Amino acid sequence: MKRAIERHLNILEFTLASLLRRKAKNFSLLAMYLMVVFMLASLQFFVTALKREAAIILDDAPDMVVQRLTAGRQDLVPTGHAAEIARIRGVTAVRPRLWGYYYDALNGANYTVMAGDDTSAKTESASIGSGVAKARNLAVGDLLPLIGYDKAPVMVEIGTIFPSGSDLIAADLIIISPANFQRLFNLPGGQATDLAVTVRNPKELATVAAKIAELFPGSRPILKSEIQRTYQSVFDWRGGMTLMILASALLSFIIFAWDKATGLSAEERKEIGILKSIGWETSDVLLLKFWEGIVISLTAFLLGTILAYGHVFFLSAPLFVQALKGWSVIYPRFQLVPVVDAYQLAVLFFLTVVPYTTATIIPCWRAATTDPDAAMRY
Amino acid sequence: MILQPAVLALLLIALLVAGMGIYAGYYGMRILGQWDPASGSEGQLELERRTYLVSTIMSYILSFELMSLFLFIYTADELHPLFTGAMCAAGTLAVNSFGYPALIIKVVNFLLAGVWLIVNYADNRGYDYPLIKVKYELLNLLVPLLVLEGVLLFAYFAGVKPDIITSCCGSLFSHESSGFSGDLAMLPHLPMQIAFFSGMAVTGASGLFFYIRGRAGYLFSISSTVTFLVAVASVLSFICLYFYELPTHHCPFCLLQKEYGYIGYFLYATLFGGVVAGIGTGVLMPFRKVGSLIRIIPAIQRRLVLVTLCCYLLFTLITGWKMVFSALTLG
Repeated sequence: MKRAIERHLNILEFTLASLLRRKAKNFSLLAMYLMVVFMLASLQFFVTALKREAAIILDDAPDMVVQRLTAGRQDLVPTGHAAEIARIRGVTAVRPRLWGYYYDALNGANYTVMAGDDTSAKTESASIGSGVAKARNLAVGDLLPLIGYDKAPVMVEIGTIFPSGSDLIAADLIIISPANFQRLFNLPGGQATDLAVTVRNPKELATVAAKIAELFPGSRPILKSEIQRTYQSVFDWRGGMTLMILASALLSFIIFAWDKATGLSAEERKEIGILKSIGWETSDVLLLKFWEGIVISLTAFLLGTILAYGHVFFLSAPLFVQALKGWSVIYPRFQLVPVVDAYQLAVLFFLTVVPYTTATIIPCWRAATTDPDAAMRY
Repeated sequence: MILQPAVLALLLIALLVAGMGIYAGYYGMRILGQWDPASGSEGQLELERRTYLVSTIMSYILSFELMSLFLFIYTADELHPLFTGAMCAAGTLAVNSFGYPALIIKVVNFLLAGVWLIVNYADNRGYDYPLIKVKYELLNLLVPLLVLEGVLLFAYFAGVKPDIITSCCGSLFSHESSGFSGDLAMLPHLPMQIAFFSGMAVTGASGLFFYIRGRAGYLFSISSTVTFLVAVASVLSFICLYFYELPTHHCPFCLLQKEYGYIGYFLYATLFGGVVAGIGTGVLMPFRKVGSLIRIIPAIQRRLVLVTLCCYLLFTLITGWKMVFSALTLG
């Protein structure tokens, strides 16, 4: 046992020395390798962090949202439905929600306007997200003029500004009183945008949803789990698409690695020839090549993932933002919370180290089986 | 089809493994057909060199298979929120009829690749390549299975469609989707407990007998294989219950999760390690009398037996420990 370990250590030592002897060639390989790992790792970290962020937000979403469809389009729901849905067993609460989008002609941004539940608050008071505050240069106590459906101004007074920690949900949010909401949008009476339904036992959600669909044939119940699933698919899909685009980079790297491994320099050939003539066996040379691959792969992998970590979590992934985040006038600024787990690293390992290793098997074997005299005669 | 990085990684590996398998298999066929150790011709020398290549490829295939086996299960687990009613990997794999076959063939391939490497190791120790025919016949058996694995994996992931919201309505009600049952068919636990512990006892006794006397290797090999199957059934039937402390949860995959301290990796590693060494012992049995290996094979076999015994002992100890100290008591 001890001898076997010593053999590996000795070969590893020799490998390191021989890699350093050919600095230029190996560093160029390492740099390419590192770049590929860096790109893929950044992508992987970024998508996972976004997925985590979405999951955390959706955790607080209502168990079920009931919408109404008219001619295949979302329409207003009569608030009368709420009472009937509340009578279904297992439903704990039904809350009609009023919300909509408000286009601000001043800066071209869209705000999400919601009617608040808080009945104790003053009619004029409003709570706004920090994105809105920044876009309109507002502070607590300021007046925000909004233009109603009939072009009449609706003045609201800023009561609270949501802290920027909640930006991902609230950056573009304005919460106003139901009365102001009515003045702004003039919804027909007794109607809500949708209904938020709470069910005590999550296992009953599907049954309750089926009952609602039966009770109101035009309605569309959407479960929280469906929203979560859709978000996950969307992010996976975006990540996968970008990966497919990067696949060409991966492929060219593999070809590069193959080429580097095949084109042994005369010096290397000589080295292997000398090793074999002083008694190294083919399997020893193969082991040498194996350790060479391990050293290069692990260095590139570790450095690449560390750089990607910095790129995504400290610099907010400037290289991928455009492709993966989407855009908007008021875009929430957020620092991604670092999430790195063994699973992501394993996936990365499979996408980079495994193809590299596979590409170098045959060239390594070819190098290891050259005859000593043929090798030295070069 | 799900375009997820892990799925792409798995498909990539399946492709590479199948490709390497075919390449190795091609040279395996040539070696089988033209091998002539008495000849000193150029062709024979070339073939001898090729054997190094084939065994290198096979050891890579083995390690890729092992890693991708766990990645596959983990990915299946990760994907479960995408399907209505799936609670963990068990549900995801049941999404279409290729999931479980792909998993089973992955395990089989891992075991076969392990046995191949054992035979290869023994063969390399003899100066005249005495096991070359056996080795490459085994390889010819393995290569189609590797390709089949790749095909099944592609079929599985191609047929997987997440239940997401469509534009017309909540997907749940757009079609009659029935939830997948996460429960696997269960065997009663008392008979399984008896079978499990007696299987372990027989394997242990025959292993010790073989270790000391060097006889009854086939018995040991067969009993270790049967015990492996019984142990897998036992994990489903009663072992996992003690870990989950829940008499109704029979899932073999949740054991791999963080909630249970990743104990599943250890349990399955000991089982797989044990059975590979156990089968390997049996496969080497017919060649104990081959000239150049007469001293080598018994030594290898003793080591293999020791590996199986240690692995199975660890597995039994963990199981027994959990059965005694678990908060769950099965009536």
